[in-house]
Formats: sequence, C-alpha cells, structure tokens
Amino acid sequence: MYEFVHNLLGFLPEAWRSDVATLVTIVLQIVPLVVVLILCVAFLTYIERKIIGYMQNRIGPNRVGPRGWFQPFADTIKLIVKEVVIPANADRFLFLIAPLLSIVPALAAWAVIPLFPGFAIAEIDAGLLYVLALTSLAVYGVILAGWASNSKYAFLGAMRSAAQIVAYEIAMGFALVGVLMAGGSLNLGEIVARQSGGIFSWFWLPLFPLFLVYFISGVAETNRAPFDVAEGESEIVAGFHVEYSGVAFAIFFLAEYANIILIAALTSVMFFGGWESFLAGPAFAFLDGTLLEFLRWPSLGWFALKMSFFLFCFLWFRATFPRYRYDQIMRLGWKVFIPVTLVWILVEGVMVVARIGPWSA
Amino acid sequence: MITTIIFGFLALVLVVAGFGVIMARNPVHAAMFLILAFVTSAVLWLLLEAEFLAIVLVLVYVGAVMVLFLFVVMMLDVNVAVSREGFTRYAPLGAIVAGVMVLELLVVMWAVDSGLPITADLASVPSSHSNTREIGMALYGNHVVEFELAAFILLLAIVVAIMLTLRHRPGLKTQDVAAQVKVRRQDRVRIVKIPAETEP
Repeated sequence: MYEFVHNLLGFLPEAWRSDVATLVTIVLQIVPLVVVLILCVAFLTYIERKIIGYMQNRIGPNRVGPRGWFQPFADTIKLIVKEVVIPANADRFLFLIAPLLSIVPALAAWAVIPLFPGFAIAEIDAGLLYVLALTSLAVYGVILAGWASNSKYAFLGAMRSAAQIVAYEIAMGFALVGVLMAGGSLNLGEIVARQSGGIFSWFWLPLFPLFLVYFISGVAETNRAPFDVAEGESEIVAGFHVEYSGVAFAIFFLAEYANIILIAALTSVMFFGGWESFLAGPAFAFLDGTLLEFLRWPSLGWFALKMSFFLFCFLWFRATFPRYRYDQIMRLGWKVFIPVTLVWILVEGVMVVARIGPWSA
Repeated sequence: MITTIIFGFLALVLVVAGFGVIMARNPVHAAMFLILAFVTSAVLWLLLEAEFLAIVLVLVYVGAVMVLFLFVVMMLDVNVAVSREGFTRYAPLGAIVAGVMVLELLVVMWAVDSGLPITADLASVPSSHSNTREIGMALYGNHVVEFELAAFILLLAIVVAIMLTLRHRPGLKTQDVAAQVKVRRQDRVRIVKIPAETEP
C-alpha cells in the first residue's frame, strides 16, 4: 500500500515524498477502520436492544426500516439535531472536552490491535503497554464530565466511576502480566502468533483464571451492567452524563460502546488467539484439500466471530444480572481479583519453570 | 529538520503547561495542566526513541497518579486567595532556585557540546532494536537485587501506610462478608401454604 501511495505522489519534491506517503498511507488505514468501528457501534446499540428485548420477551425496535435496521441512524439524527445544553456555572471548556477525552483513547487503542495475520496499523513493540496506558486514560472523560457539570448527581457518578476504574485497572494489569509471560512479548501480533494451532493452544486454557478476571474487569472498566453504578439510573439519574444532551451525549454513548468493542477485541486477541482459526488443530487436518480448507486459515472473520461472542456476553450480562452494590464491587476488585491474579502469576511461573502447557517447547 | 520543529512545538506546549500548573486559579485546571505536561514530556521521550519509558510515564503518572490526585483535588474546596498570600515573600527564593536550575542546564549543554565521553555511548541503534527488552534485561538481569529491594521497600511503605490509618473503634458495625455469602433462602424466607378461602 505504501508503494502505491508513494508512486501516486510522484508530483511532490523528492525530499518530502516518502514522509508524505507514510502519512497518507497511515491516514488511509485509519479512516476505514474508524468508519467501520463507528458503524459497529451503531449496530451494536441496535443489536443490544434487540437481544435484550428477546431475552425479556419483547420484540425490540422494529419500526424504522426493514426489521428496524435503520433505528441507529434515526437515533443519531435525533441526537445531532438536539441542542447541547451547558449548565449554569459549569466549567465550559472542561464540560465540552470531557466527551472527547473519553472517545479518543477508545479509538486510538485500535492502532495496535492485530486485525489479520501480519497487519496492525502500528506494529509497536510495547503494544500491550500502549493499550494499557490508553485504556487507563478513559477515566478522565468520566471524572471531568462529572466535575465540570456542576451537578451533584454527575459528581457522585464520577467519583464512583473513578474509584471503580482505579480498582479494576490493577487486576487488569496483573492479568496482562500473565499474558505477557505466556506470550513472551509485548507485541500483540506476536502474542497472537504464539497461540497458533487450534483451540487448545490458545491462552484461555493455561490462563483461565486470568481470562475470567480480565473479562470481568473489562466489564467493570467500561461501566457496564452489572458494574454500572456510575450511571445507576435508579439512584443518581444517569450518573456522570446526566447534564449532557445532543451531540455531547452521543459522543459519550459512542465512547462507551467503542470501549466495549475494544475490550471484546483485546480479550479475543490475548486469550482466544485473535485471528487464529478454531479448526487449525491437527484434529481437523481432514479438511485440508477439501473445499472447506479455508476454514483452517487464520483470518479477520475468525477475529470478528470471537469479538461478536464477547459482545454478546456483554449484552447477556446486562439482561441477566442485577446491579452490584457499591461496596461489593470494591471488595470484588481489591480482595478477590488482585489476589487471584497474583496467585495465578505464581502458578504460571511454576509452569514456565516446569515447562508445562505453552512453555513445553 | 521536521524533528526540530516538532521538538520546538512540544517544548513550547510543555513550558506553557508548566506555567499553567502554577498560574491556574482553579486546582482542577492546574491538575489538568500537569496532565498535559506529563503527556507532552512522554511524546518528547518518544522523539528520543524511548517508547517504553514514554508509555510507562503515561501509564503510571497520567493513568494512575493523576487520577487519584484529581480525585482528591475535586473534593477539596481550596481557597486560592489564601494560598497566594505568601507569593511576594517566597518570590526571591523561587527566583534563586530557578536561576540555579537554568545554570545547571547550561553547564550540561556546554559539557555535551565539548564532547563528554558519555555521549559516545548514546549512539543511535536500528529501529529493530527493542529497548523494552533491553530495559527488562537491565532490571531483572544486572540490577535484580536493587530492583527487588526497591519493590520490597515500596511494599513496606504500603503496609505501613495502611497500619497508620487502621483504627479499631469499639462498637463499630461492619459487614461480615462470609456470613452474607453463606446465607441461604431458607434462613430469610419462610414459604407458607395458606389454604384458599372458600365460600361458606
């Protein structure tokens, strides 16, 4: 792709040509990814309402377009034409910048996600750390929104969210230490490559407790049910974004769903082999040479399938579990998850030394 | 050339953010300026090809320390006017400290220009070289004892900090989580069957 752009930019002076070509290539990679992501977010909201509807014996949205498929666009248009109300005595600048601070990390983290074999927008060595650093920035959007709104409910929501995110980030980080030990690299592409060879060589098996901790912490980090005390509509109306309307609210909404998709993607990359195929193991070698051979190849399709499963889990949890009590959330984060991850890192160390599981080679 | 322009821009942002930290009237704004300063210096480190340190700076300071800082600052009602009272009294001292720092920087710049032996070790390495791996080797290889010692001291600090705030007040009602988890339906709910009323 770079070569193509480089040739296309032949009219530029030689000194700039390669720099500009690099820039254009990166932008040409970012734009489709972001557009697809935003479309995914739009339809995730539709699918969420549909799935939760069926789980609760309702039909869900079915009026706009065939089977209600255009519902997300109707919602978007509604939000865009609405007025953005800025509360009296709110901190104008921080109030308006808060939604942006929550959407930017959710999108920027996608730069290092390996989408299919050999491709990520940025192949950086410290990919895992980069993801961790960016997801840790997402909390600012929530905190600042709560503070800048000059509203008690919003402030309470922000405080709850901050304490919760700080607590679960530690467990999340420790779970990633386990992945790092298993993968032997901080580069997400290499971590996926280490999991090649069928469903039983993926890291979920040797790292099962860490997988559970990571995924549940991910649900907590994104402020989703059953950890959605930051919104807690029955107690504090809508939490940190109670004062937001119109486009500003839409961006918070977008950020929440973009974060959910990100957590689903990271879980599949780190514990479920990313773009690796379910059927890659020797047990399915009989498919070789048949028409179905392509099912054994690693591809973006497998990645999308795994992500869809985890996205479904997010919706499933929301329809199933009642909201956690606040002190129980804190207890789960600090007193259950952190010790579990620490113990499992120790177990993993023993497995590395004894050469069990993925370390046998 | 382009690196110099980027560096100049980042340095300007960093200096403005630094001034913002001390000039902002609102403590939350000051904290936000500090975050901007951290992020900008992380990007500066990226320019030096120290991507590991840059990401860790964002992760630790912006992602963790400043969140807690902001958390505390938001709950305080700091009276800015009072904290500004001593400004004229401390200004000369501040000026002296700033002067000394500028002098030190100048000495370093002069030393680098006149060719210290240390600059020879800072040779650029190809981009395939992973400095993450290099730092890992240094920390857990050559300096493992110091590293473990530092970790141990930090652990000690955590334990002591908790000890200092731990008070046992008599008569305090706390939750016994184990007991809460152990509760079964039979302990709380009694299902009774009442025969339906019939018409007399």
